[in-house]
Amino acid sequence: MFKMGIKEKLVKIDENIYEIPKDGKMLIPARIFISPKMLESLEDNAIQQVVNVAMLPGLEKHSIGMPDIHSGYGFSIGGVAASDGKKGIISPGGIGFDINCGVRLLRTNLKKEDILKRQKEVVEALYRKIPSGVGRGSKFNMSKDELKKIMGGGAKHLVEKGYGKKEDYLHTEEEGCLEGADPSMVSDRALKRGIGQLGTLGAGNHFVEVQFVDEIFDNEIAKAFGLKKGQVVIMIHCGSRGLGHQVASDYIKEMEDEYGIQDLPDRELINAPIKSKLGQNYLKAMAAAANFAFANRQLITHWVREEMRYLFPKSEVDVVYDVCHNIAKFEKYNVNGKEKEFLVMRKGATRSLGKGRKEIPASYRKIGQPILIPGSMGTSSYVLVGMKKAEDLTFGSTAHGAGRLMSRHAAIKTKTGEQVKIDLAKKGIEVKSGSLKGLAEEMPEAYKDVDEVVRVSHELGIGNLVAKTRPLVVVKG
Amino acid sequence: MKKFVFLEHTADIKFRAFGKNLNEVFENSALAFTSVLHDGKIKKDVNKKFLIKGNDLEALMFRFLEEILFLFETEGFLISNIKVKLSDDKKNLKVEAFGEEKLAGRARHYIKAVTYNDMFIKKSAGRWTAQVVIDV
Repeated sequence: MFKMGIKEKLVKIDENIYEIPKDGKMLIPARIFISPKMLESLEDNAIQQVVNVAMLPGLEKHSIGMPDIHSGYGFSIGGVAASDGKKGIISPGGIGFDINCGVRLLRTNLKKEDILKRQKEVVEALYRKIPSGVGRGSKFNMSKDELKKIMGGGAKHLVEKGYGKKEDYLHTEEEGCLEGADPSMVSDRALKRGIGQLGTLGAGNHFVEVQFVDEIFDNEIAKAFGLKKGQVVIMIHCGSRGLGHQVASDYIKEMEDEYGIQDLPDRELINAPIKSKLGQNYLKAMAAAANFAFANRQLITHWVREEMRYLFPKSEVDVVYDVCHNIAKFEKYNVNGKEKEFLVMRKGATRSLGKGRKEIPASYRKIGQPILIPGSMGTSSYVLVGMKKAEDLTFGSTAHGAGRLMSRHAAIKTKTGEQVKIDLAKKGIEVKSGSLKGLAEEMPEAYKDVDEVVRVSHELGIGNLVAKTRPLVVVKG
Repeated sequence: MKKFVFLEHTADIKFRAFGKNLNEVFENSALAFTSVLHDGKIKKDVNKKFLIKGNDLEALMFRFLEEILFLFETEGFLISNIKVKLSDDKKNLKVEAFGEEKLAGRARHYIKAVTYNDMFIKKSAGRWTAQVVIDV
């Protein structure tokens, strides 16, 4: 019998909105917010994953794919699902292994020209100061007790200890500390993996980049975020390191032992009811790991600030905002005319809240939440602003980045790390990485077009363009 | 017979390991996994014993590789040689690994986690094959 390809099941609902209607074991429809061009190159598996999520109990409205969707584990990367806050489920796969992987943007009072004169010096200094890559441990030594305090208090705890200023965590999602964290729900194995890793980037696509604001799309909002053309900004992309990965693995194991895998479309969609003991324990451990990630970006901020102060004594470094793109959060949305609390799982998706929401820091509440979307190495990154429309369409979510296009193996075959470095230098970008092979794997050509991703977000009105930044200095894992 | 091969994967690393029996397919999976972390010589001066429990072969594989990752990340331990014994009910894996410690600084790839993505362990034409995707 002729079997219909999954792409042929997609029904166009509107410009850049496609739906697979409820069918078979699906309990809700699946929706993908994507441009026709990117849909063409999208893997069938990624679509199947959005459909699989629609088969989970307790989810509402739609299982959602973001403009940068690609194939992940269980959930797609760029996957969003909202569960009834009381009767719903929580799945570690809906958050991902790197709990609270996210992006922080710092603004400075420096100009592009200040960096251009000393690019090599800046890259060397940041590379030395911030451990990256495999096996480069942290210079921040702490006891297990202190680690638990960090998991309880997040970025705020570190600031209180002298690693930053109050405005740093006030300009962070959840003010740098996700409520409900209980470090005693984090295994000893996870603590052991995390204890030497605070203030480290890790490897893969994580980075610290010194960038400049290249283009402003919305003057008023850019001004409110403290951004102007030619200004130097610094972007940090990293997460909860081994600690978060271990929390995810631990609870996947516990949930499969407790509930079995027989009813699942994919065993990585293992889940537990929110109100169950195991569901509650995972949420407490996830919040603890999320706080470790907030603290991680805070410590890196502190070190970047110190280093910039040393290189440019008059420099000021302030946090614009800090977003989580692998997380679950309790948030209120209006569905079918009724306001209700949902647990929104975002895996490779950024929260996008329009002006007025109480979750937005006071200084931005009249404008909307800043959204930070990093591009691949050597390409543009973007600052967007959260929109009300996202609350209706995507449970307050938009894209999180570029998304891989080419396998690591294929990338290495295309170009050497040395060549990637030379090509970036030609574009005026200084890069330093612990691994040349890592550079080849992360070459810009291996990623989707981030310009197209943010354009779709803007067209849909689920996150609107504010500013575009371009890198001058890249430190990679 | 080859012990393992690597396959194309867009975002991560995928391997297939082979064996004439299940014990061997677990052993060769450990060697494939280790080769992602490290491609140099590994001495045989430490040995570690551990027990893995799981309800099916895939769960055992996930937990087995995860333990290897944990030993690497916390002690810098890497395997040069490994012996695995699967229990008759296929719910326990007794492992004895020989290798070297404190190699964390010399790793090739940072592995975030083992995944169940596209995982299978099956027998065909008289040999066992395990497929695993690791999140890097």
